[in-house]
Formats: sequence, structure tokens, C-alpha cells
Amino acid sequence: MGLSSIAGHEVHVDQEGFMTVYDEWSDELAQKLAANIDLELTERHWEVLRFIRRDFEQQGETPTLRRVSNTGGIPIKELFDLFPKKPAKKMAYIAGLPKPAGCV
Amino acid sequence: MKRLLVLGAGTAGTMVVNKLRPALARDEWSITVVDQNLDHHYQPAYLFVPFHPASIGKVSRPRQKLLADGVDFVVREVDRVLPDENLVRFGDGSELGYDFLVIASGTVPRPDQTEGMTGEQWRRSVFDFYTLEGATALGERLKTWEGGHLVVHITEMPIKCPPAPLEFAFLADAHFRELGIRDRVDITFVTPLDGAFTKPVASSQLGDMLKRREISLEPDFYIERVDNEAKTIVSYDERVIPFDLLVTVPVNMGAEFIARSRMGDELNYVPVDRHTFVSPKWNNVFAIGDAADLPTSKAGSVAHFAVETFAKNFILHTQGRELPHSFDGHANCFVESGGGKAMLIDFNYDTQPLPGKYPIPGVGPLTLLEESRINHWGKLMFRWIYWNALLPGRRLPVPTAMSMAGKRDISQDTKSTTSKEEV
Repeated sequence: MGLSSIAGHEVHVDQEGFMTVYDEWSDELAQKLAANIDLELTERHWEVLRFIRRDFEQQGETPTLRRVSNTGGIPIKELFDLFPKKPAKKMAYIAGLPKPAGCV
Repeated sequence: MKRLLVLGAGTAGTMVVNKLRPALARDEWSITVVDQNLDHHYQPAYLFVPFHPASIGKVSRPRQKLLADGVDFVVREVDRVLPDENLVRFGDGSELGYDFLVIASGTVPRPDQTEGMTGEQWRRSVFDFYTLEGATALGERLKTWEGGHLVVHITEMPIKCPPAPLEFAFLADAHFRELGIRDRVDITFVTPLDGAFTKPVASSQLGDMLKRREISLEPDFYIERVDNEAKTIVSYDERVIPFDLLVTVPVNMGAEFIARSRMGDELNYVPVDRHTFVSPKWNNVFAIGDAADLPTSKAGSVAHFAVETFAKNFILHTQGRELPHSFDGHANCFVESGGGKAMLIDFNYDTQPLPGKYPIPGVGPLTLLEESRINHWGKLMFRWIYWNALLPGRRLPVPTAMSMAGKRDISQDTKSTTSKEEV
């Protein structure tokens, strides 16, 4: 746990750089976080980010790919196109949500 | 007369009724447990079936015989729960009402959920070992298998008994060495996780164990389909892994009646409070064991520790009192590593598996996160404990809540498996 400076804002992050305080996130930060992992956000990316932020607010947990697909209506295949290789982690990272539990 | 109705007479459901029957007066409380079939299986034994089918012994007992006197056992298929009417409707049209409902219907492998998994190679070169039929069929296949690409694969998390696929890979390695054909087999462990296991310290330890056995690791693999013709598995990002023998753990899902009742999440697990198991929507409905959406392992050990907490709370709940006891997500699992050894992991919601001794700090006799023979014997002995102490609801000499005593917190020394750049 610690503070990190992103786009001139001090925000709380965990060891791997995932933001830990829901309300510290902003659209501007998302752009910066996306740039950190070489992604440029399109409108479709924003749809995913808005869905998973809203879902987190309601459920208290970072949604799984299955949930984004079933409930958010964005197919898993497309999530892999939008956020290559590690969509679950990348989505959470950019949306300022905790790293997905991955379960145990 | 008050009615407690429990759906599922597996590990969690059996322990719930056996713990509560002596605590609830018979002239005030009826306890009924429902299951769709007659036999209770000791599922941890399935792991050994493919390698040593002859020495497995009895894996099942009649459910009825495992239930305390004064518990009614009903064999019937649940159609749906009507939680607003405190009613359960069955497939044959009959109904049972309840004052309190405990959903303990577990989780099952669903190969039908992945395209091509149950295609023409199913049980020919594609197997699961989470069912007795699957494990037995795989044992038959292994008898004459002469080598090639063995792929051990996890479809999606969460799965029941999360170390089991790793254990399978370790046992397969030992098995082929014993047969003298290890040089003709290459083993790949394919997982949707970013490493061998979920938590950093255990993941790095288990990752090393794979390496030492020359088992390759293919992480972040999210399967889209099984190609029966090419004998490959294909991921959503179009990685292709060929197999001669695929041993897969299909998606695990909660019971279908939970979906029909609209009480579950997208995997049919019932959302409940993670410390008290009560539903946030209906305060007379609980879900416990694998059926619940708890962020901890789906495993018998979790069900055991959870029931200890639940039973104490439930008695107070029936008296209209608050739920004072809080479950910490405690889990422990033996991890069989081949060659007559095993390791043991012990963890909860907040603390990952760490090295140390268990159950007596500093003494053991079991060692945590380290392979030993005594752990293996512990694992074998556990079947007796399961039938004779755990299910009857006897208190085991281990603490319900996880303890840090005697453990070394090395999480700071172990580099996390991912860095921001790799996110």
C-alpha cells in the first residue's frame, strides 16, 4: 500500500499499482493509467470501464470476465481484443478497481 | 413446530444438521435435509483413482447413515425455491415449507459450458477427474497410454478444491517416472491464473515445484473451445495448445435450481454475507459450503470451519439475537506432490498461505508449504476423520479461526508474480 503520483494527483495504490480508493479515480486518471500499459481508450473501452465501475459500486467486487460478458453484454472475445492478454487485470487497473480476486 | 430445511446432504449440509440436531429441541424443531440422490461421496479420493484404481477402497456411503437421529432425509430433485413464500417446490410437484432455509447444494463441473468439450473426444482423449465416472474412465485410458502431450487444464476459477489440478500434474509426473516413460511424456499445466496458484507465496512455491518436475506452465489461458478434430484447446486470444491427452477441470457451477429461483450470480452461487452466511435479501435464508459466493476456496475444509461458526450463530439467530460469530474464510488443504509426499496450506480471506507448522505452532506434526511424508499420511488418514469425526459433527482438535502462530510471514520477501508493467 502506498501513494503514487498519477497525472499530478496523489492516489492510493497497492504493491502492483492498482488504485485502492474508489473515489480517487477520474476519467483523466483512466487515460493516464491506460497509457501506462500502452492502451488508447476508445468509446468501447469506456463502455467496459463504466460498466465495471458501476458494477463494483453495487456488488463491492471487481467483476469477472464472465460477469462483464453476461451482465454487461460485452463478449469475452471482444474483451481480449480491447485489453489484450490479461483483460480482467487490465480493466480493473484502468478503472481504478482492486485487482480481481482470481479466487482461491 | 419450527422447520429447518437444508438443501443438499453433502459435506456442509450433513455437518449443519448433525451439529444443529442436538442443539434444537425435538418437540420445537423439525430438521429436514433434501438431496437428489442416495450416496455421499468422499470426493478427495477421486484424485487417486486414475493412478491407483485398485487401491481406492470405498468412496461412498449412504447419506441416510451419516445423518443424526431425528433428521428427516428426503430424496427429491429441487425445482425451485420461492423465498418470498418460504417454500421449496420439487420436480415432482410436491412442496415443503420452511421457517429457515440453508442452501448447501454445492458446485458441479459443467463440461457442457465450453464449446467442444463434450465433443467426440470426450472420455476418449478429453477427461475430467472431478466425477467418479471421469476419474475411472481416465484410469482406464492411462493403462494403455504410451505417452505424448499431456495437458492439465483449468477452465475458469473458482473451482472446487483449487490445488487438485496441480496435485494431478504432480501425481502424473510421478506415475510416468514410475513406469519409466517420463521421457515420452511432456506435461503442460494450463491455467487462467497468472501463475501456478492464486496467492503469491504459494504460487511461487508451487511454480518451483512444477519447474523441478519439468512441467511447463501456460498462464493467463482463458479457453474458448476444444477443437476435437485438431486435438487442441484454443483460447479467446487465439493461442493454440495441442494435446494427446487433455485432463481438464470444467467450469464449476452451483445447482441449476438456484438459477431457476433467481437467487444466484452468473455461476449460480448464492450471494451471502461472507462472515455470517445470511442472505442480504432474505434473513431466513443461508447458503453455506460451495453453494455460497464466498471469496475463499470451494473445499470441504472451508465448509467445516464455516459450519462451526454457522451453527453457533444459528442457535442465537433462532432466539432473535444478533449473529456474534464471524467466519474468517479459513481454509486448509493438503497438496499431494507425488512420491508419497504432500504439503499443507492454511489461509483465510486476508492472509495467504505461509510456511510454518500445523496444527500446533512450532511443533506440527504437519508442515505448511513444504513437502513431507507425514503430510501425505495426514492426507490419507483424513478420509477416516471425515467419515468418523467431521461429518458426525464432532469437534476436531484444530482451531476454527486461522492462526498466525508459528508461521513465518515471508510475503514481503517474495516478489509478486506480476508488476505494473505486466498488468
